[in-house]
Amino acid sequence: MDLRYTADEQQFRADLREWLGDVLPGLGPEPHREDWDARRAWDTGWQRMLFDAGYAGINWPKDFGGRGATPTEHLIFIEETERARAPYVGMNFVGLLHAGPTLIAEASDDQKAFHLPGILKGEHVWCQGFSEPNAGSDLASLRCRAVRDGDDYVLNGQKIWTSYGHMADYCEMLVRTDTEAPKHKGISWLIVPMDTPGIDIRPLETMEGTAEFCEVFFDDVRVPVVNRVGDENDGWRVAMVTLSFERGTAFVSDVLESMELVRDLAGLAKTITSNGATRWEDAGLRREIGRIAAEFDALWALTKRNISQAQRTGLVGVGGNVFKIAWSDLRQHLGDVTMRLLDRASLSLDDVSELPTGRHVHARFYALSMTIAAGTSQVNRNIVGERVLGLPKDR
Amino acid sequence: MDFELTDDQVSLQEGVRAFLDGRFPLDAVRGIEAAGHLDRARWQELGETGVFSITLPEADGGLGLGVSEAALVFEELGRALVPGPLVATFLAAPWIDGAAAGETIVGRFEPGTPVSVLEHPADLDALFTLADDGVRRIDPATITTVPVERPVDALTPLAIVEGAVPKGDLIADVAAAERARLVGLVLTSALQLGVALRATELATAYAKEREQFGRVIGSFQAVKHLCADMLVRAEVARAAVYAAAVALDGRSDDDPVRAALAAKVLAGDAAIANGKSGIQVHGGIGFTWEVDAQRFWKRATVLDTHFGNSDEHAEAVAALL
Repeated sequence: MDLRYTADEQQFRADLREWLGDVLPGLGPEPHREDWDARRAWDTGWQRMLFDAGYAGINWPKDFGGRGATPTEHLIFIEETERARAPYVGMNFVGLLHAGPTLIAEASDDQKAFHLPGILKGEHVWCQGFSEPNAGSDLASLRCRAVRDGDDYVLNGQKIWTSYGHMADYCEMLVRTDTEAPKHKGISWLIVPMDTPGIDIRPLETMEGTAEFCEVFFDDVRVPVVNRVGDENDGWRVAMVTLSFERGTAFVSDVLESMELVRDLAGLAKTITSNGATRWEDAGLRREIGRIAAEFDALWALTKRNISQAQRTGLVGVGGNVFKIAWSDLRQHLGDVTMRLLDRASLSLDDVSELPTGRHVHARFYALSMTIAAGTSQVNRNIVGERVLGLPKDR
Repeated sequence: MDFELTDDQVSLQEGVRAFLDGRFPLDAVRGIEAAGHLDRARWQELGETGVFSITLPEADGGLGLGVSEAALVFEELGRALVPGPLVATFLAAPWIDGAAAGETIVGRFEPGTPVSVLEHPADLDALFTLADDGVRRIDPATITTVPVERPVDALTPLAIVEGAVPKGDLIADVAAAERARLVGLVLTSALQLGVALRATELATAYAKEREQFGRVIGSFQAVKHLCADMLVRAEVARAAVYAAAVALDGRSDDDPVRAALAAKVLAGDAAIANGKSGIQVHGGIGFTWEVDAQRFWKRATVLDTHFGNSDEHAEAVAALL
């Protein structure tokens, strides 16, 4: 057990820090969260800068245009970009973290040659068409239909929770190609250009009143069969392959952001007064924030354990599920404390009276999605109970 | 960076577990409980195994290892529910003769509110306290105590301290006391981690065998999720405890003080919560003396009071924000 960085890792960090210091001033200010065109331009512009400097696809293999960084270097990369307040994967998180790695593992040479550079250079943005209104936690029950017609599949159905669907060029999509087979055995994985006729994209208003997610409707959408990745009806396996790419780095930026939120909240508590005393003088509140800070410290340590395990064995194992359950609960606990601390200032989604409260209220909202997205905490607890503790399934 | 255990660390932990499985099975621990005092022969075996001398230099008869290795060993001691002033005797190894070898049972006096207590009063050969000006050795015979008739943890007999406690003799300086406090925090956290882990194991084993409504209760999601949450708490605590141990060994850029405080908060909360869930999963039988689930919860409540409770440590972390 040694948490110190090797000389090579320190050099990687120093070079990256120097580069970030050089180029970030030229990036310009971050656009407003709902100025979608400007955000796309900002995110893809940053991706191009990464590409030109050799940092694009930081964890992708070198043979496919990536940097081939180790999990620890990937950790350092995210840590330094967060510290410098540089963007990370932004709007193309699906392309860079999910679709790209899937293509590397499963796509044909032609598919790879066309799509991988597009992702790495910031030319193409990808979205994901996996979930459906009736296929959430039970994803394999998806029903969006693809029927073979000559050299095309004809798609009919609906997808949901498609982040940035209205801004994407391509969609990694799971479709039902066999309705008779067991549910996992009748699914195929397709690359769907989002400008194909018959695709209707409708922004889905979140409880915060913003529109990061979309519903996507498919009405006789023709997609060439050559856009299929992997064999017909082997799409479930193709989709799951990406999970094996996870090296414990999935939540690094979230933990760092959480720790910063806590520091920031402590700072706010020291400035907000109530009955002649600052909120920080409230011992109960102070202890609760101290406890939350300690818990995020622990999750940062767990992140490093998961990454170290991945570096040794190539797999994260149970640590990923454990992390997700604990982190999402803790973010909601932080949200509750935020509300009590800010009191009536927590009732506005925007900053009030020149207090920088908006980001905390936004974080509090966003925390409610964390126990749902990427596997609900209930499904994750089933996984921990059954796969780690060996408790029997009950279906 | 490599936060995985080294091969040597894995062997060490496995070796200690094998020793404890042989000499401190839960049957033996219940025997110590029934006897009402520590088993000196077994205590000496702990010393011979090197439990108290892990971090002593090899020249002084120790193993010359770090706090990381000590934490792995203390996790196993907590898992096995080994009773006695383990952390105090470990800390005393450089200062008090016989502590390292397990020949002298050494306690630590920690002033408390609303009362101060001595643990294992009848077993103590020596006593020290971590005072503001350094480590002070106190003769246990000079302290007036009244035995507690029914201690919460029957494996941790207690006496209430009455009147003034002598200052004692200075045996190590302020720096040594500060260091001992941090090492003590981390090793107590390691004991708590072990308690949290074993409580999870016992509850899970019971959930796999106990049948109600025609099936094992572990197949019910309500019970399964209790067990899953126990594992989550223990694994998060493990990361905090190991990170703190590594920081105390200087093999980390983290602030060792904050890391040690965080470890005690996480492991303390995990031990108490898992102790409680362990009883819940066992149902009615979990509330009986016969079943071990309650022993882990009781030990968790005792350990939470050592070196300050988790509220105090949460407060100390807040002060560092």
